[in-house]
Amino acid sequence: MQPSTTTISVHSFTASFDGLPAIKSLDLDILPHERLAIIGPARSGKTTFLRSLNRLNDLSPGFTRTGKILRDGKDIYDVDVDVADLRRKLGMVYATPVPLPWSIYDNLAYGLRLAGIRDRAKIDERMQAALGYAFLWDEVKDRLHEQANVLSGGQQQRLCIARVLMLQPEVLLLDEPCSGLDPISTAKIEDALVALKESHSIVLVTNNTKQAARASDRTAFFLLGELIEVGPTAQLFTRPTQKQTNDYLMGQFG
Amino acid sequence: MKVSPVTTQRIAVGFMWMLTGITLAVLVFILAFILVHGLPHVTWTFLTQSPSSMGREGGIFPMILGTFLVAGLAVLLAAPIGVATAVYLSEYTREGRLTLVIRFGADCLSGVPSIIFGLFGFVFFAITLGMGLSVLSGSLTLALMVLPTIIRTSEEAIRAVPTSYREVSLGLGGTRWQTVFYVVLRSALPGISTGIVLSLGRSISETAAVMLTAGSALRLPRSLFDSSRTLALHFYLLSREGISMPNAYATASVLIIAILALNLLAYSLMRRFAVKATR
Repeated sequence: MQPSTTTISVHSFTASFDGLPAIKSLDLDILPHERLAIIGPARSGKTTFLRSLNRLNDLSPGFTRTGKILRDGKDIYDVDVDVADLRRKLGMVYATPVPLPWSIYDNLAYGLRLAGIRDRAKIDERMQAALGYAFLWDEVKDRLHEQANVLSGGQQQRLCIARVLMLQPEVLLLDEPCSGLDPISTAKIEDALVALKESHSIVLVTNNTKQAARASDRTAFFLLGELIEVGPTAQLFTRPTQKQTNDYLMGQFG
Repeated sequence: MKVSPVTTQRIAVGFMWMLTGITLAVLVFILAFILVHGLPHVTWTFLTQSPSSMGREGGIFPMILGTFLVAGLAVLLAAPIGVATAVYLSEYTREGRLTLVIRFGADCLSGVPSIIFGLFGFVFFAITLGMGLSVLSGSLTLALMVLPTIIRTSEEAIRAVPTSYREVSLGLGGTRWQTVFYVVLRSALPGISTGIVLSLGRSISETAAVMLTAGSALRLPRSLFDSSRTLALHFYLLSREGISMPNAYATASVLIIAILALNLLAYSLMRRFAVKATR
């Protein structure tokens, strides 16, 4: 791969909390139009990695980091980076769906309103597209002004995905988006990811190795803050090059 | 003698009903006593006229206006400062010595008797700053008095807003201020308004601090620098000086009904917000 075709390029990135490293000297590229799954046992730095990409870790007390995360060749931790704009471009979906206690419409419109876009026609147009991508349009099109928390858990999570898509991000960061969901909702979200990779890069953190095998193009295996192995998903699952990867996939630990 | 669990349960429940009943009975008795003695004297002229011969005759219109001005201005001054302090404490600082000092100070202030606030207001606002006994001195003093309550209730309400809401808002490209304004304060509004309404009630019913700072003039206040008597103080003076018990009870009735109406209004507003938030 040419460096110019990468969306995000991580160079010897170390992230620590109160001096304890959660990610150690990580090198990893995120390519355009790919679904990159990140697997690994608890405390392997997966979530820290995601939250470093959109700088949510900045809020955590005791967070320090070294190394670079380049986006279009520019370090996202440079002082002149507009953090709000960065977060719009790297949309984050959390493990538990968090609809804000408002209507479905207000939840979806919120990101655009924050950016100063209040043109209703534009909001409505984007809303239909975003809900379409998240396979939610048919289920909510007639009840956009109902409270978002009357939706089922799976619908709420798809709403959260649509809410991020409203901002037309370049990269979707999904932090175990299906951990609390039933298999049917999970399948809908995985279907959505297939459609979404046409226009986005997707980073999917998951505890479910089967999901990684199903719903990703490349997989990275993290262990105790280190990247052990990254490769095409089919290859990593059938012929892992590292012993730890093999042990994890065989259920030896984790 | 062994008592069966069912009997114990019955006795416990009966006991609790009795205690609740006593509490309610005391409340109802006090309210009824005052309203029975006072309501017959509450007439349209009583509500709209100025008092004459020290309040023996005439009405209480200046006191209604005075109460409205002093208490209203006090809350108007204290609410923004209090809410802003609470936002600062919970959103913009990390826990440290400074937040500890502010919080400890607020807790101490809320335990200080109102007469002390009155004395301070009298010396500082009325004399040192030359505001005299006036609506302004009174409301500034009351504002200081209710400020700790507003800070602490707002802070609790703000802390009760889930962290995940903030992360969602920041993750969608919100600045810290946008997040505080659109998500945190909006979600904390019912709790914050409870604190503000409580403070308004306390301001309306305060006597000692008001007597020392707003004074007890009977005439209609024409500016914020005029002295003015509040309803609670009027009631106190009428009965204390034995001027007119019927008018004292009538004043008390008006005061009670006003506070009751205020609480009902606040309660219904909060319920509307709460229903909106959880539906």
